[in-house]
Amino acid sequence: MANIKELSKIPERLTSGHRLCSGCGASIAVRQVLMGTTSPVVTAAATGCLEVATTIYPYTAWAVPFIHNAFENVAATISGAETAYRALKKKGKITKDIKFVAFGGDGGTYDIGLQSLSGALERGHNFVYVCYDNEAYMNTGIQRSGATPTGASTTTAPAGKVSYGKPQIRKDLTAIVAAHHIPYAAQGCISHWNDLVTKSQKAFAIEGPAFLNVFSPCHRGWRYPQSDTIKIAKLAVETGFWPLIEFENGKWSFTYRPKERKPVVEFLKTQGRFKHLFKEENKPVLGRIQKDIDTHWNYLEKLTQATSA
Amino acid sequence: MAKKGWKDIPIGGLIEEAGTAKEYKTGSWRTFRPVIDKAKCINCLQCWMHCPDSCIKVKDSKMEGFDYDYCKGCGICASVCPVKCIKMKPDVKQ
Repeated sequence: MANIKELSKIPERLTSGHRLCSGCGASIAVRQVLMGTTSPVVTAAATGCLEVATTIYPYTAWAVPFIHNAFENVAATISGAETAYRALKKKGKITKDIKFVAFGGDGGTYDIGLQSLSGALERGHNFVYVCYDNEAYMNTGIQRSGATPTGASTTTAPAGKVSYGKPQIRKDLTAIVAAHHIPYAAQGCISHWNDLVTKSQKAFAIEGPAFLNVFSPCHRGWRYPQSDTIKIAKLAVETGFWPLIEFENGKWSFTYRPKERKPVVEFLKTQGRFKHLFKEENKPVLGRIQKDIDTHWNYLEKLTQATSA
Repeated sequence: MAKKGWKDIPIGGLIEEAGTAKEYKTGSWRTFRPVIDKAKCINCLQCWMHCPDSCIKVKDSKMEGFDYDYCKGCGICASVCPVKCIKMKPDVKQ
């Protein structure tokens, strides 16, 4: 468990003056994740809102070393940096204990950067990979990604007369990552900061690759008032839309279980990207989304039971 | 920041100093400004934890106010405050 008063004494690693939208979830995710360690960190970020808006030349909002990357190779870059660090440490040229962390959006993680992430996990580098999941390519203007949920309207899966938005379900990236049998993978959410910081502390402490999938709402892409970022993130957890689970040494477990799961419409109705689902002709889609969430929740329940023994 | 010629720029466009975004004041983006009633504040630091722009000043675990040089006025602090002591007011010249 993290103590907020203690955390407030850690110097900020991401300074003010970056140009992310006001009310952006990504910078909240970065701040909370970096509270998980007091060691020096080396960061890198895949192309995305975070990378573009925090490092507009000649400024940088990072108070820690930061490596600029292309879209698909942040995991490869950070594994290279980590390998160089290990070599230098062996030769005695570095004595400090340094942590390595890579940030990617859902586009740079679920889709474009998946191969480099998979490679880095398989090679077993000692690093933390953080995906800030805002469920579409927000930087280029809200195109659908592998993380976009069913029914969301995006510019490449627009809702209209013949379509209700994205018809497919999103991929379960945390499970894909866990299938690499790495020591630690977890899903966090910026509204549950204590849960997320605790997970981040675990991820940084563990030897070997660790992965955090952090739910971070985007008010431009999701169409909601900018002050509601945390409220909506909380609803995603309370409705079971984003379960807070972790995978540690082969065991799955829930780190937070809502007392009673709210119906998913509570979450969907807060956002403009799902507005069309409430029209009469799209009512069956709402039912399908709820059913998908229930099925996934039951699957997770069984998974946690099966691996807890 | 003064404009630089190509000879002044480090190889590879490296930025040699950390955290230079501090020189870029984003406070002008704001249309609403957060105002706190310190009498009601319980110093729970929820506003600090959820500020996307690291604009809540904290000293000795106490909430000290806002950094209006950078605050973009999103209103997350007002929405997460459990005692509702932060109000968003139109940011107009007095």
